[in-house]
Amino acid sequence: MKKLVLAAAVAVLLSACSSTKLDNVPVEDKSGTNVTQPGGAGTGGVGERAVTPVALDTSKVPDVANRVVYFDYDSYSVRPDFQALIETNAKLIKADKSKKVSIEGHTDDRGGREYNLALGQKRAEAVRRAMGLMGVPESQLEAVSFGKEKPAVMGSTEDAMAKNRRAEISYR
Amino acid sequence: MLKRDLLILIASLVCGSAFAQFRVEVSGVGLTQVPIAIATFRGDESAPQKIASIVQADLERSGQFRAVDSTGASMDEGARPEVSTWRQKGADALVTGSITRLADGRFDVRMRLWDVVRGQDLGGQSYAVVAGDLRLVAHRIADFVYEKMTGDAGIFSTRIAYVTKVGQTYNLWVADADGESAQSALKSAEPIISPSWAPSGQQLAYVSFESRKPVIFVHDVSTGKRRLVANFKGSNSAPAWSPDGKTLAATLTRDGGSQLYLMDSNGGEPRRLAQNSSIDTEPTFTSNGKTIYFVSDRGGAPQIYRMKSTGGNAERVTFTGTYNISPALSPDGKWLAYISRVSGAFKLHIMDLATGATSAITDTTADENPSFSPNGRLVIYATQQQGREALLTTTVDGKIKARLAGQSGDIREPDWGPMQK
Repeated sequence: MKKLVLAAAVAVLLSACSSTKLDNVPVEDKSGTNVTQPGGAGTGGVGERAVTPVALDTSKVPDVANRVVYFDYDSYSVRPDFQALIETNAKLIKADKSKKVSIEGHTDDRGGREYNLALGQKRAEAVRRAMGLMGVPESQLEAVSFGKEKPAVMGSTEDAMAKNRRAEISYR
Repeated sequence: MLKRDLLILIASLVCGSAFAQFRVEVSGVGLTQVPIAIATFRGDESAPQKIASIVQADLERSGQFRAVDSTGASMDEGARPEVSTWRQKGADALVTGSITRLADGRFDVRMRLWDVVRGQDLGGQSYAVVAGDLRLVAHRIADFVYEKMTGDAGIFSTRIAYVTKVGQTYNLWVADADGESAQSALKSAEPIISPSWAPSGQQLAYVSFESRKPVIFVHDVSTGKRRLVANFKGSNSAPAWSPDGKTLAATLTRDGGSQLYLMDSNGGEPRRLAQNSSIDTEPTFTSNGKTIYFVSDRGGAPQIYRMKSTGGNAERVTFTGTYNISPALSPDGKWLAYISRVSGAFKLHIMDLATGATSAITDTTADENPSFSPNGRLVIYATQQQGREALLTTTVDGKIKARLAGQSGDIREPDWGPMQK
């Protein structure tokens, strides 16, 4: 591990000193996958031109189902059964100061556009407040609203409307 | 019948989607309507625009005119009409005219208005314009006729703005007051809402979601140059211009919650208008700039309030129903148009501000976003008919309605521009 980091650091230094400036960004090795520089020290690769892929660890960002908080009709307070979901996301955000998250509030399709924008905002802010109480810094959170402009499900059935009354935690 | 339909189909294909978009369908019966005959203009058959038809549609849409059949008569502005013939047809007034192609490719359009009852020449107009300006000439002629016969300023050469959604594409359109000659000011893959004309008629403020949060732009329509004036933390929406064009009122959530702010229309630090823990939104100025009407749910449900534009105590305006939003004021300050939820349906209402009396003036159930014409005689609004979104204009008494029917996609968020200067 140390040898790899040293090799990478040497490669970066070498490239910095060369007359042609390489557009190199130091690679953070999070997943433990090997990194090779072209012509640099490879480890365990097969042949001279082997390239080892890097997979960014996206498994840590929850999938959609675990990023959406649903709300009851005419309601802007977070239901108890969504506290766990919010906690999971809050932990993730707190662990990485560079993560910026947008909480996007939505409404169902009934009513005026601007008033619904304000109602969606209330939902986004309710989730933001909940996260704030869990210790997430304000600077990492922004509560915005889409009102009724971006429904998750088209249609005016009770089921569709229930799926549209939501706040989505969006990792930017 | 078939041949005519075929001709219309060909015409719409040739002229492009903007032309094919709108048809005017007028319905209702008005109390006092001037019966007017508009004779086919000499030279009409070979002209790129049917001037007489456009003039007739404009006057009918106002609700204050009823067209008298003038088929068969093609007279120019020079011929003195047989008034008895036109009296027999039931007309009080007659429009005659001509359209001639000039050597340089432009068109010479002339018209004359006749008082059929007294057999008097009420005046005429003449224009020399390129083909692209012929519709505007027709609207100017309609304004001239309207003003001579009613004494009110005409609004037919004003412009409207509106938004369409086709699939996942949104467009902000600028069109003539009859919905024709639409040009796209902005095309986006994300929603556009709340377009608002500046008093100069040169700029539009609107809310765009292009950066995945609502922000407010001020957009110069002729140059396409735009300025981001509100991108504060959270959501930025509901822009409204002061009558002098110097100030924008808007709803910002930068301090938590949707609250009203004023800012310079060039952008800059906003000043908070009121402070409370409710939703305050949809501000709109009175014509003298001294009062702002707005929506607030400080009483538990959204109602319309008003307060001095310098801030201070608010006075509640709507008392009937539990959901009243989207205030729009007539320029003379006498009428308030708004949307009220009645038994689950969202319906356009008009309030007489002197007495507080209100009436529902539509029979549709999904009305949105009313906006007065600059002469205060008509209201444009969005609604749904037969499951399709549409724009309609209505007289303030609700008696005459005209549909500006879109043929593709959903159409919403209309705003009526100011008088042409």
